[in-house]
Amino acid sequence: MSIARIDKRFADLKAHNKSAFIAYIMAGDPDLETTFEILKGLPAAGADLIELGFPFSDPMAEGPTIQHAAERSLAAGTKLRDVFMLVKRFREIDQDTPIILMGYMNPVDFLGYERFAQSAAEAGADGLIVVDCPPEEADALSDALDANDIALIRLATPTTDDSRLLTLVKRTRGFIYYVSVAGVTGVKSVDADAIAEAVSKVRDAANLPVAVGFGIRTPESAASVARIADAAVVGSALVDEIKTSLLENTPSSVKVLEKAAILAQAVHQARD
Amino acid sequence: MSDPVLRPNTYAQPDARGRFGDFGGLYVPETLMPLVLELTQAWQDAKNDPAFWAEFHSLLKHFVGRPSPLYFAERLTEHHGGAKIYFKREELNHTGAHKINNCIGQILLAKRMGRTRIIAETGAGQHGVASATVCAKFDLPLVVYMGAKDVERQAPNVFRMKLMGAEVTPVTSGAGTLKDALNEALRDWVTNVHNTYYMIGTAAGMHPYPEMVRDFQSVIGKETREQILEMEGRLPDAVIACVGGGSNAIGMFYPFIDYDTVKLVGVEASGHGLDVYNGHAASLNGGRPGVLHGNRTYLLQDEDGQILEGHSISAGLDYPGIGPEHAYLHEIKRAQYVTCTDEEALEAFSLTSRLEGIIPALESSHAIAKVGDLARQVGKGGIVVLNLSGRGDKDIATVAKHMGEKNGSALS
Repeated sequence: MSIARIDKRFADLKAHNKSAFIAYIMAGDPDLETTFEILKGLPAAGADLIELGFPFSDPMAEGPTIQHAAERSLAAGTKLRDVFMLVKRFREIDQDTPIILMGYMNPVDFLGYERFAQSAAEAGADGLIVVDCPPEEADALSDALDANDIALIRLATPTTDDSRLLTLVKRTRGFIYYVSVAGVTGVKSVDADAIAEAVSKVRDAANLPVAVGFGIRTPESAASVARIADAAVVGSALVDEIKTSLLENTPSSVKVLEKAAILAQAVHQARD
Repeated sequence: MSDPVLRPNTYAQPDARGRFGDFGGLYVPETLMPLVLELTQAWQDAKNDPAFWAEFHSLLKHFVGRPSPLYFAERLTEHHGGAKIYFKREELNHTGAHKINNCIGQILLAKRMGRTRIIAETGAGQHGVASATVCAKFDLPLVVYMGAKDVERQAPNVFRMKLMGAEVTPVTSGAGTLKDALNEALRDWVTNVHNTYYMIGTAAGMHPYPEMVRDFQSVIGKETREQILEMEGRLPDAVIACVGGGSNAIGMFYPFIDYDTVKLVGVEASGHGLDVYNGHAASLNGGRPGVLHGNRTYLLQDEDGQILEGHSISAGLDYPGIGPEHAYLHEIKRAQYVTCTDEEALEAFSLTSRLEGIIPALESSHAIAKVGDLARQVGKGGIVVLNLSGRGDKDIATVAKHMGEKNGSALS
């Protein structure tokens, strides 16, 4: 399946004139079983695709929320092999919801591109986002991922100009991720009107669906993005629920899934 | 000025992609890519502009106080009984270390690019102080990111930065040390892309920083070459310098790369010992290649590719990576990298103070600790030049504390 799973999911949603809701969570935050509970519940809560973060000690593009999620995950002892195992367990119960792994270069590099791509494919993951790997450094990784039918998903940003965009879209598969604000995750807020033109430009250049993320925190902003983009990605707002649940000593999975359901509904009804 | 940087003829690194062999490169988030490419272009333009270098050298002369002396360390030479040991006195520069050379170059570039806000990271505070100095002089606002732990243990430098108008932001994420300060500076840069210049303090990070910082710091080796020719009529048999990120070492090494008879020796900090897990900061001798802070280089990391904090008594060497050009020189074996423990550095700190009347920085003390071995290896009649990269005033509290713990009193 893999890349075909992503393509099919976007095609189905497009046929119903719906934008996709993409939920991001950090694997192992606060522990692997909780992540599995959340993964299990996300499709029913309305997540069309799932971005599963793998932790890194030095997440230089993340705001405090996801930094802390990575710290909690590493403190719990999460290893890359545990992340693949989570995907594998999820795939046993769900064969339709694409899973995109998301993280930083060093853990991928350390395992080796070929081994990473193979392990990801065997587990049933469909795509990969590497925050600190621009096209200039990505050829060998792209080769390994292509050989294993895993999509390398690239990021376009507000600083991307037309010529840069052409560089970015080469070898991008599945969809392209538009970073809606210049900044780290979960801090600034997206202004859908301001990015509408950029999103359609990216879509035209890539000839792929465009997912928008980095500044979506509320059902309202999720809906406004869903009206202009093919997908809305929410990360920090979901991860915040984990932090709150830990403070309140309530089950993290319940809080995250409740929040995801509200956001998913806003995304799915945005074009009604 | 025909050739402002004394470039080797037989060695052209990095390539156009910022690679030193397999090392270096450009591993940054996409938001930063257009900026980094713009910076690369601006640097290429500046590098070929004689007016840029004229201003750089004028400031080095009149503001920094260059050339720094090359000094025959007679008593240390006698003590070791081998080759003659010379000190390149970078500690006599304005602000007390080599860091200012790079800051002068980068502030001129930032102005050239029309940037209106500067950010920097610092560990021990030397690069922070040098940055604050040039930002005061050029009237640009500066935000310095410094690990919360380092803010606490380097209070005098924090005060110096503030005195010169810098804003010092303590970083509490991660372990609150230099690598976390770098992460936070990168987060600031990605958020303030349009007006901000990131003044990196060492010959590491993404292209073009390793090349640019090397070129600014190579004034050290260039002067050394001229001075030793004048004093001894020949080139040295070896040069030696401490290596954290590696800017003072690469500045010394680069103009000598062509000369195979000149041995290049870098000294890494092995803290509590190379065999102590997460107890040292020796990336080449105790780490493996990986990707961090924009470049591929040797890193201290665990079995799952997570970066370790490392340890060194010297805050300036306490970094889990190393500049990519050192990784390359290590792999092609042009330079040799040895290690020095906390204890050995402390002994060298005291020895140099007593023998030469010079209190060296703890960073430089790592090189001094290994210069004896090198001088004996080279032998009598030989010449060794040590880069005395900084002065030790900033370290006296750390050293006093350590001596007190060991001897029951600060000085016996």
